[in-house]
Amino acid sequence: MSQAVSSNVVTDRDQNNMDNSQMDADGGMSETAGEPTTRTPALDQTMSSTRVPVDGKTSTEVTITPGMKLEVKLEDLFADEESDEEFPSSHNQDIMASSPPEASLSPVRVEVPSKFSDSDVMNQFYKRLFPWRYLFQWLNHSPTPTTDFGHREFAFTLQNDAYLRYQSFPTSDLLRKDVLRLMPSRFEIGPVYTTNPRDRKTLRKSSAFKPLAKELCFDIDLTDYDDIRTCCDKANICIKCWQFITMSIKVIDVALRDDFGFKHILWVYSGRRGAHAWVCDKKARQMDDQKRRAIAGYLEVVKGGAQGGKKVNVKRPLHPHVARSLEILKTHFQSDILQDQDPWETDAKYERLLELLPDRTLNDALRKKWSSSPGRASTAKWADIDALAKSGTSKNLDSKALLEAKQDILLEYTYPRLDIEVSKHLNHLLKSPFVVHPGTGRVCVPINPKKLREFDPLDVPTVTELLTDIDEWLPPAEDKSEGKPVADWEKTRLKPYIEHFRLFVATLMKDESDVKGKREREDAMEF
Amino acid sequence: MIRQEFSRADPKRRTALDPKKRQFAPATFQNVEYKHRLNFYVTPPTADITLEQFEQWAIDRLRVLAEIEACSFRNKNLTETAAHMKPLLDKYLPLTSSTSNSAATQIERQKDHYSHFILRLAFASTEDLRRRFSRAETTLFRIRFQDNDSRERQKFVEGLNLDLEIVSDEERREYAEELRAAGGGFPKRIEEESYYKVDWEKVPELIEHRRVFLKGGKAYVPGREQLSMVIAEFTNKLDKALETTSRALPRLDEDDRLSPILTHLSQNFTTPDANYSSSSTSLPGADISARNIDTLSSSFPLCMQNLHRSLRRDAHLKHFGRLQYSLFLKGIGLNLEECLVFWRGAFNKITDDTFNKEYRYNVRHVYGDVGGDSNRRGNGYSPFSCQKILTEHPPGPGEAHGCPYRHFSIDNLTALLQQVGVKDHEVLKGVKEDKEKQKFHLACNRVFEYAHKQEIKKVRDDGTWGAAQLETIVHPNEYFKRSYLLKNLGKNPTDGGGDVKMED
Ligand SMILES: [Zn+2]
Repeated sequence: MSQAVSSNVVTDRDQNNMDNSQMDADGGMSETAGEPTTRTPALDQTMSSTRVPVDGKTSTEVTITPGMKLEVKLEDLFADEESDEEFPSSHNQDIMASSPPEASLSPVRVEVPSKFSDSDVMNQFYKRLFPWRYLFQWLNHSPTPTTDFGHREFAFTLQNDAYLRYQSFPTSDLLRKDVLRLMPSRFEIGPVYTTNPRDRKTLRKSSAFKPLAKELCFDIDLTDYDDIRTCCDKANICIKCWQFITMSIKVIDVALRDDFGFKHILWVYSGRRGAHAWVCDKKARQMDDQKRRAIAGYLEVVKGGAQGGKKVNVKRPLHPHVARSLEILKTHFQSDILQDQDPWETDAKYERLLELLPDRTLNDALRKKWSSSPGRASTAKWADIDALAKSGTSKNLDSKALLEAKQDILLEYTYPRLDIEVSKHLNHLLKSPFVVHPGTGRVCVPINPKKLREFDPLDVPTVTELLTDIDEWLPPAEDKSEGKPVADWEKTRLKPYIEHFRLFVATLMKDESDVKGKREREDAMEF
Repeated sequence: MIRQEFSRADPKRRTALDPKKRQFAPATFQNVEYKHRLNFYVTPPTADITLEQFEQWAIDRLRVLAEIEACSFRNKNLTETAAHMKPLLDKYLPLTSSTSNSAATQIERQKDHYSHFILRLAFASTEDLRRRFSRAETTLFRIRFQDNDSRERQKFVEGLNLDLEIVSDEERREYAEELRAAGGGFPKRIEEESYYKVDWEKVPELIEHRRVFLKGGKAYVPGREQLSMVIAEFTNKLDKALETTSRALPRLDEDDRLSPILTHLSQNFTTPDANYSSSSTSLPGADISARNIDTLSSSFPLCMQNLHRSLRRDAHLKHFGRLQYSLFLKGIGLNLEECLVFWRGAFNKITDDTFNKEYRYNVRHVYGDVGGDSNRRGNGYSPFSCQKILTEHPPGPGEAHGCPYRHFSIDNLTALLQQVGVKDHEVLKGVKEDKEKQKFHLACNRVFEYAHKQEIKKVRDDGTWGAAQLETIVHPNEYFKRSYLLKNLGKNPTDGGGDVKMED
């Protein structure tokens, strides 16, 4: 067995999870360990008239057995390497597919590097292309630095796979400098904390260091569709299976806007085979875990593990959210599922469909029909269900039960499969928009939910393509910009994505300043 | 009549009251009049009580809460829980209705009020305790709310000022279809129900289960769901108060007469499953090693057998599966070295390099070999209890963790049981009924009893095992330990005979 790789660096990440669950009990430790002891003053609120201790005794005697307190939050410890971050050896496939074959012969093109996170490529990218200012404004909600940005956690994954948590920066410039110094292959964004994350160890009580706010996030990943996706598997994707993501975005986006009243929802391509949503409304950012859980539960329709049997069991009549989703998903089901995925082509596969249908006699008739015409298309099979039902094959057919089963099947094959853990917890970290996916080299660009049809993940530029774009850029013959320098990103295919982001951020900032301004005006009226 | 000051039992300290704090110090000797039977516990108690009352009242309430927690963990529903709790509540925490108007009413309500606040102090210290306390208190409130006479209940709710906007008739007609659909088809005629419009955040429970119509951030809550709103408000207030209390806690240790009582109280709030220390698992003479896991797995509960089978079939487990299984293996006494050998061998489709990079650290972390100080001090995490497996993180697509009795469809569950050798028709039928009634632990214990029928009969007959050693299993590691001991009766090399003693 070869030696362990850099596992010690991850310590910090786990320390956090412990801190969260440890609360007071850890308070005393920092002292015995001889660390700096900046004390927070004892808090004012109390239930009774007891005195403030002056002797510096830290934690209370109220403790519980070690096993118990350690049980909290440990699920966070298992880094989810099943998600988008794997480096399968097959990753070159989709890169090649996306570049026109003749392009690689062109002498001016940058060589495709063995790894997209190579230092000088990343250096160029962060220096010349990454939209630092808009990222700052996005997280800061105001043009001048606030604690929204300053107390925000960043986590870096370095080139050697070391993972640095609790990085924080007073300004966007300092963030940029540190990124250029450390050259992380990617970085993640966590919550805003009560205090500066870098100072967390100097606090007398670890419970004083708490996550306060974070965008409500969603993560949809195509690996969760492997049991119904026929065109690709594992890390591979194509435009056919990308439609699962397209329909998911439609369903989730409308629910968040119409039902919950959120306005600022940023959808981002995760760089390989999925998408993230960041709900940035102030109300959403301030939600505690219980509220996050409520939204996650509201949106969750497909349930159950590998052996759970029927995965959709929605109540009748359908809740308005489910009914609306069904309407949205109907057309996708016909074209993207029945035609393009053809999920019930073979004997073994259509048995799965029959398992989900309620009438045994009808099933027998269907099985007989389908086994006599091997390879009958799923579209035809789906139509057969109603045709045979109408023909009266089954005398005691419950047509309502059949209709409901068909609706459930439709939902099982189309309804968004969310990685719900990402949405439930305030302190979950998520990859930043615009970083480069280290496996594919593609930039995690925003997806415009109004132009979903146009988005093709295989068209998303890779970091090396972007650098070539800069080199090949020629100023327009007539200089209309009147001397205004053209930023490097404007010379590349990143331009429409950054413009979308800029507009998104500007709208968000305007909303926040309106609310703030209104409150200040109201306050002023008081006097 | 009540002589000691609440929470400051030592009279010597009276003079030390910080003048700045005096303004926040409530007037002493003030008795509150309790108008309602129910209490939202917003105002802390101010009158003095004796130290004896302090302790006794807290212990009585603790009995009640611990039993409520035990009910939830045995999957009793609210009606069953209420029925189970009735005699206990009558004995330890009676609350008669306002109509009775007896002198005892005020004393009862005072005890309810004080004991709640004392336990708040005892259970504010850690997130885990706060969560459990809040859950149990909420259930208690719910039982009492439903038990309340409806007029009294209405008066109590009016007193809460919940700020409810009534949905107008026009709006109700406009969304009649949606409102009915969200209400599961009720009411038949929309005029039969009144609706309140509230911020959705006020009713997270109704949102989570899609039981209300939601539009533009407002939840349209039918009148019959009033309980939900009240409960949400209760939990919300309590959780916030617990946070506040936890931050105020350090100032309590000056009172050395209270600390031991509070410590004692919090330590007594444990359910049988809450903790499983690895020391109590040691099986002398057992070969707990990587190469022996396949053999030992016949003594594993179904959840772990399923993980083991999935692992052998796919040479992989997703992360919650690895977590659940690693902790279990640690719990049966597999040491870190062996555990690493086991996982390395099981993940036989990946390179050493990938294994070291992706998985090795997690396994070491489970054992407390790496991680923060606190993780190392505590030797990593405790193996999951049945309650945790049943209630947290249900498996998603492609995941094998969780409890098969709960998370499998009945067909797949039956198939799995047959694969592991449970073919008896009666047992399978019993399991099916247990599952339908959501008594998952009963199903698991039923299978255990079936699989160890002869051995259990033997230890019962010859009296080597008492009732305590045969009570309901509520922890996967307990399942293994008991199964292993039963299957190896008389084979234990350290005592050479059948006299196997369990420690608990
Ligand atoms: Zn595909």
